[in-house]
Amino acid sequence: MSLGLLCLILLGLAAAAFFLGRQRAMAAAGGDVRRLHSLPGFYGQITALAVIVPAFAVLVVWLLAEGFVIQSSALSHIDVADVPAGSDVSLVMADVTRLARGLATLAANGTDVEALSHDPVALKTALGAAGVAMGNDPTPAMIDAAKAVRTTAAQSRLGLSVVTLALALAGLGWALVRIKPEFRARNATETVAMGLLIGASLIAVLTTVGIVLSMLSETIHFFGIYPATKFFLSATWTPRFGGGSDLGIWPLVWGTVYVSVIALIVAVPIGLLSAIYLSEYASRRVRGIVKPLIEILAGIPTIVYGLFALITVGPLLRDWIAVPMGFGNSSSSVMTAGLVMGIMVIPFVSSLSDDIINAVPQSLRDGSLGLGATPSETIRKVVLPAALPGIVGAVLLAASRAIGETMIVVLGAGAAARLSLNPFDAMTTVTVKIVSQLTGDTEFNSPETLVAFALGLTLFTLTLGLNILALVIVRKYREQYE
Amino acid sequence: MKDLRLERDVRTETNKIEARGVQVYYGTNHALKDVDVDILDKTVTAFIGPSGCGKSTFLRCLNRMNDTVASAKVQGKITLEGEDIYDPRVDPVQLRAKIGMVFQKPNPFPKSIYDNVAYGPKIHGLTRNKAELDEVVESCLRKAALWNEVKDRLTAPGTGLSGGQQQRLCIARAIATSPEVLLMDEPCSALDPIATAQVEELIDELRSQFSVVIVTHSMQQAARVSQKTAFFHLGHLVEYGETGTIFTNPKDPRTESYITGRIG
Ligand SMILES: Nc1ncnc2c1ncn2[C@@H]1O[C@H](COP(=O)(O)OP(=O)(O)O)[C@@H](O)[C@H]1O
Ligand SMILES: [Mg+2]
Repeated sequence: MSLGLLCLILLGLAAAAFFLGRQRAMAAAGGDVRRLHSLPGFYGQITALAVIVPAFAVLVVWLLAEGFVIQSSALSHIDVADVPAGSDVSLVMADVTRLARGLATLAANGTDVEALSHDPVALKTALGAAGVAMGNDPTPAMIDAAKAVRTTAAQSRLGLSVVTLALALAGLGWALVRIKPEFRARNATETVAMGLLIGASLIAVLTTVGIVLSMLSETIHFFGIYPATKFFLSATWTPRFGGGSDLGIWPLVWGTVYVSVIALIVAVPIGLLSAIYLSEYASRRVRGIVKPLIEILAGIPTIVYGLFALITVGPLLRDWIAVPMGFGNSSSSVMTAGLVMGIMVIPFVSSLSDDIINAVPQSLRDGSLGLGATPSETIRKVVLPAALPGIVGAVLLAASRAIGETMIVVLGAGAAARLSLNPFDAMTTVTVKIVSQLTGDTEFNSPETLVAFALGLTLFTLTLGLNILALVIVRKYREQYE
Repeated sequence: MKDLRLERDVRTETNKIEARGVQVYYGTNHALKDVDVDILDKTVTAFIGPSGCGKSTFLRCLNRMNDTVASAKVQGKITLEGEDIYDPRVDPVQLRAKIGMVFQKPNPFPKSIYDNVAYGPKIHGLTRNKAELDEVVESCLRKAALWNEVKDRLTAPGTGLSGGQQQRLCIARAIATSPEVLLMDEPCSALDPIATAQVEELIDELRSQFSVVIVTHSMQQAARVSQKTAFFHLGHLVEYGETGTIFTNPKDPRTESYITGRIG
């Protein structure tokens, strides 16, 4: 039974269970809704949930485990001797998977797979004719492994169908037996709903933990083959894919910080001032037009900003500022990327700050105006201090956005890692290097590739530090004023 | 002539504010209709009337706070000591320093108690140095009967005080700009009875220095604290006179029904 069909059947059962449960509740109450503890719909809901929740839970766990089981059944057919020199088990297993898929295609076409499987050469031609290209000739061991994959997978699916359907029916029976007028179906539904909500937040939290752990394990792997002291203390970044690279992080961190700082210097004043204009001075009509226009900036894909940096801002800065003032003649520069990135994050600052400023109670403004303060004094001395924690949050959000940006940097600032104070030099950032180290044509266990994970973890730590800083600032401020 | 003057009361009742033919529109809503009032100096004047009758609206005309409401349009003439406050040459910001305002809900700024009171003097440059500012803050807090409760924690946030203390802090803040008139829009409606009694006592003391205008929902409060009372109804000023007369011998049947509890 295919997975889609199984899911459909389970959903159908749940729908039927809903009506059955409701009907049974009504029958138990003698057709009088008032005798039931909860509305009839709740009895239907609880019955449907009893059918679907355990079945789907088992389904998910089963599917997660299935891969490992199939893998190990195939591996049992493959010896060390079957692995050709210069290759490794994972490559052979990839072939086996492809072979298994090919066999399935052939079987579906009506070919006699059993006969072919004793003749690797004929098998390869048949596979080719069916549109499944094999790199190497399949060896007998691989064919056995592929067949094992197919049988295990088929058995697993059958088992899955039987188990989940049985569970669904058991759930149905359990719920129907339980339904009596005094059964508190409403409260039971509440408990299940809470469980679902907890499950959802748990998934979010576990994903974060999972991401950090996977980064961490690769990073530890990296520091096993490349000294941490060199990574953290060296000031040069010269990866050589032949080996003997210098992978110092400082030029990248410097580039990241430099670009982000320029971006914030552009975005924070512009964003904040336009937020103040929009929330305190603009008429409703102007606000209705200008606010969406600013927010459009946030919707432009960053690659478009990158192009703008590459063909407009970069040459402009070079010809009008860098060259005349003797700052060099590179059109890719930290300044270019910073300016364009600043424009990109303006809406993050302005839109959030605008909401936050609007949330400051009108009574505070009235109080200040009533004392004879001008509108701008009111904003500086009363509204902004009251809104400050939120504004700090908005700025930090913009900062993390800037730190994580890649496309604008590649096109605006270039890809050359450099430690320089000159804002018109080409530099690069951590994210750009993560991309370029992983897209190189190299094995996945050289320090040149694995360094990407160490860089990623550093970036993560950087933004985490920023968020903690924000929390501390906000809390300190709150203590003072609330 | 001379004899007549001698017979008058010793306290000379000069008009502080004169309002003539005041109309206020919020868009098309005609909220205040042809109001004439004289507010006396060193007197507490109470505005009473059912909700939505335009008491706050009229109060906000007196310090031009209605300028901050985009839809509001004010017509008529209001003078402060003979000077038209809606004259284009008058700076509404300066005017509001001369006519202080206390709001219905206590609204201390999210700043320290000291900074709340020092706010007005600082923005208007009323003091020459820190010592003078300290003096102003202390004397205003004393006038607002709050000094003894907060003198040891002037740097604590104003928002951390109790509701009654917050309202007295707002009064201290309003009198720190040395206004000539103090407008109070239902200053006790968010306070408990004890805090209300404290604020009422304070209003009676403030009368010696300021002209006080208070909007109130409570007729007992109007009777307790005011010398003059104005009754508003549906945007009209129905009756204005001595508080005693209004409560014991109202001329207009609408006033009588309101104070006996038949409209409300
Ligand atoms: N800011 C405003 N915008 C529009 N209409 C208002 C505004 N403030 C008050 N009004 C209207 O003006 C009338 C008088 O209101 P208000 O002066 O607040 O009454 P009161 O203080 O006597 O209860 C009401 O009809 C009210 O709806
Ligand atoms: Mg009012």
